[in-house]
Amino acid sequence: MPYLRKVLAIVAKDIAAELRTREMLSSMFVFSLLVILIFNFAFDLRADNQAALAPGVLWVAITFAGMLGLSRSFILEKDRGSIEGLLLAPVDRSAIYLGKLLGNVLFIAVVEMIILPIFIILFNLPADALPVLVGVTLLGTLGFAGVGTLFSAMVVHTRAREVLLPVLLFPVVVPVMLSSVKLTAAILDRVPLSEVQNWLSLLVAFDVIFMTLSFMLFDYVLEE
Amino acid sequence: MIEVQSVIKAFGNRPILKGVNLNVAGGEFLTLVGPNGAGKTTLMNIISTLSRPTAGRVRVAGFDLAHDALAARRQIGMVSHKTLLYDDLSAGQNLRFFARLYDVPDPQARIEVLLRQVGLWGRRNDPVRTFSRGMQQRLAIARALLHDPPVVLLDEPDTGLDQHSAASLGDWLGQAGVARRTVLMTTHNLERALTWGHRVAILANGRIAFQADRSELNADRLRAEYDRIVTRR
Repeated sequence: MPYLRKVLAIVAKDIAAELRTREMLSSMFVFSLLVILIFNFAFDLRADNQAALAPGVLWVAITFAGMLGLSRSFILEKDRGSIEGLLLAPVDRSAIYLGKLLGNVLFIAVVEMIILPIFIILFNLPADALPVLVGVTLLGTLGFAGVGTLFSAMVVHTRAREVLLPVLLFPVVVPVMLSSVKLTAAILDRVPLSEVQNWLSLLVAFDVIFMTLSFMLFDYVLEE
Repeated sequence: MIEVQSVIKAFGNRPILKGVNLNVAGGEFLTLVGPNGAGKTTLMNIISTLSRPTAGRVRVAGFDLAHDALAARRQIGMVSHKTLLYDDLSAGQNLRFFARLYDVPDPQARIEVLLRQVGLWGRRNDPVRTFSRGMQQRLAIARALLHDPPVVLLDEPDTGLDQHSAASLGDWLGQAGVARRTVLMTTHNLERALTWGHRVAILANGRIAFQADRSELNADRLRAEYDRIVTRR
């Protein structure tokens, strides 16, 4: 399938560029680790308040680290002029969106896979919760990166783009944050997922609706 | 091969192009000169499908850009004052990436031919950021011709090049086989416009203010026309 080949070519290009510099992954990892460490030291964590605070801390770390990655996703392309090379190619704009989205999800997921075990250890949380936690984290990341990739392309032509991206993005991804935090708390409290089905449904619905919308709108966003 | 009909482009209330009509026949090399802000890059962006006109119609290699932009992009290779390359990737990685986007058959062979033509085969594994500006522009030429496009757009390709590299630009383009294609080039260099182009046009104040075949022109007349049109603005 030529369409999929082009999507994968864009992902592979982003990975190859990142492997050359390791700028984005290292800054995202250091930032998320710092957030977890600072919160861990700042709060006097006792057994009774750990479960209440830990999900919020995890998602603050993921969100801010993800924001670093998202903001660089198109800024690097724009500043170096390579975005025009991409737009000149006979590639459907939606393929560019999917390629950039998959790249963003991959980079955020790599950081998550490293910080999740650290988070479990530092907050003294049950290690057997990790597999389900990984699933919920990836669902949350899909929604966050799905909208974030679109907004990252939107603000790339503006002057205050680094500020504008979080200002625009955070209000839209509130449902993702809320449902992800609630689901994370349920997993750490060993509450069955069936009891938080509504939050899971909200997260899945957000992912599907907003990724579809972003996929359809991306062509217009790239117009100057 | 390139047909621009009554193209208007405005950013908000500010018109940049005010009804441009321009035709470039198959195999012709047309150079477009004009002062800063005349709309040369805006026109190139429209022809290359990077931007849409506010009004008017553009056809490239028979494809109407309003309806067949994707098909038209396959027919166009563009060299700009920006390299449109990825600095962190090697020359080979850049060309392999674009070869996949353009569905180039037997990409390895094509990449080797082009890199040898522009004299960068020996540097194929080096990151683009380690290249001089001239080398980057040679790689940009290879990238633009990777899919063997019949139409080549050169948007001030000499900008940022030192005198020697700018003088060599013609050789690089020639070695890469630009001469047998339809070419539209914008430049500030009147001498280069006259030497390279079969026809020269002057874009000023959002309109084509003058155009003539090279056979009807000499350096003095082109300079006089240019000064008259630009001074009149």
